[in-house]
Amino acid sequence: MIPISWYLILGAVLFLIGVLGFLIKRNIIALLLSVEIMLNAVNLTFVAFSTQHGQISGQIFVFFVLVVAAAEAAVGLALVIAMFRNRESLNVDRSNLLKW
Amino acid sequence: MAVGAAINVLVQKHVLYSALSVIVMLTAVSVLFVFLRADFIAVIQVIVYAGAIMVLFTFVIMLLNLPADEDGVDRLRWLKFIGIPLGLFLLFLIVATLWNVEPLRATRAEMVGSPKAIGTSLFNDYLLPFEATSLLILIALVGAVVFAKKDL
Repeated sequence: MIPISWYLILGAVLFLIGVLGFLIKRNIIALLLSVEIMLNAVNLTFVAFSTQHGQISGQIFVFFVLVVAAAEAAVGLALVIAMFRNRESLNVDRSNLLKW
Repeated sequence: MAVGAAINVLVQKHVLYSALSVIVMLTAVSVLFVFLRADFIAVIQVIVYAGAIMVLFTFVIMLLNLPADEDGVDRLRWLKFIGIPLGLFLLFLIVATLWNVEPLRATRAEMVGSPKAIGTSLFNDYLLPFEATSLLILIALVGAVVFAKKDL
């Protein structure tokens, strides 16, 4: 049995990579993918703690996170399509219509 | 492996390769879920995440038809020589594993991550959040259709 700390470290590293990707990428689909990485890191942490404490609640919560991720992906990608249709670009720096 | 794939997501220039790397990362994490004895979550991860959500991503990426890399053809040529042996090796590995697999011993009935335990908990203690989730899915569905329509 691998100690739980390894899973937590891996979760933290994955979350860090997700945050990093969210900050340095300029393509909006890449930003959505980074969000997925962060959600997955959190899921890993949830399951690690759930197994550690022998409680089912963590895995139930992972289930709900999954549902939210699915909804987020659906709405986000619909927005991406609408944005691409209007702007002909996926670069978030170029979508400055709301900028004051 | 999960970390390597996640870093690859950032390194890749084309977003399609990033999406494929994310699939690799999701699968690696689901293997970790199996290690953590959360079988149901692992299966759900592969089916819903790597299956449904990432197919949606790749579908949209290909639908938008983003400009490809300049050196795509050249890299594909030597990737073929690496990819075919690796694929055959993976096939050999799977066959060897399936060959040696033993019949399942008496399963731990009261496992923490079993589908039965999750279902019992989900429909007893967490019934209201579960129903709220269905509402959320419905709203997301309608919202996605509205956003993707031709004229907003």
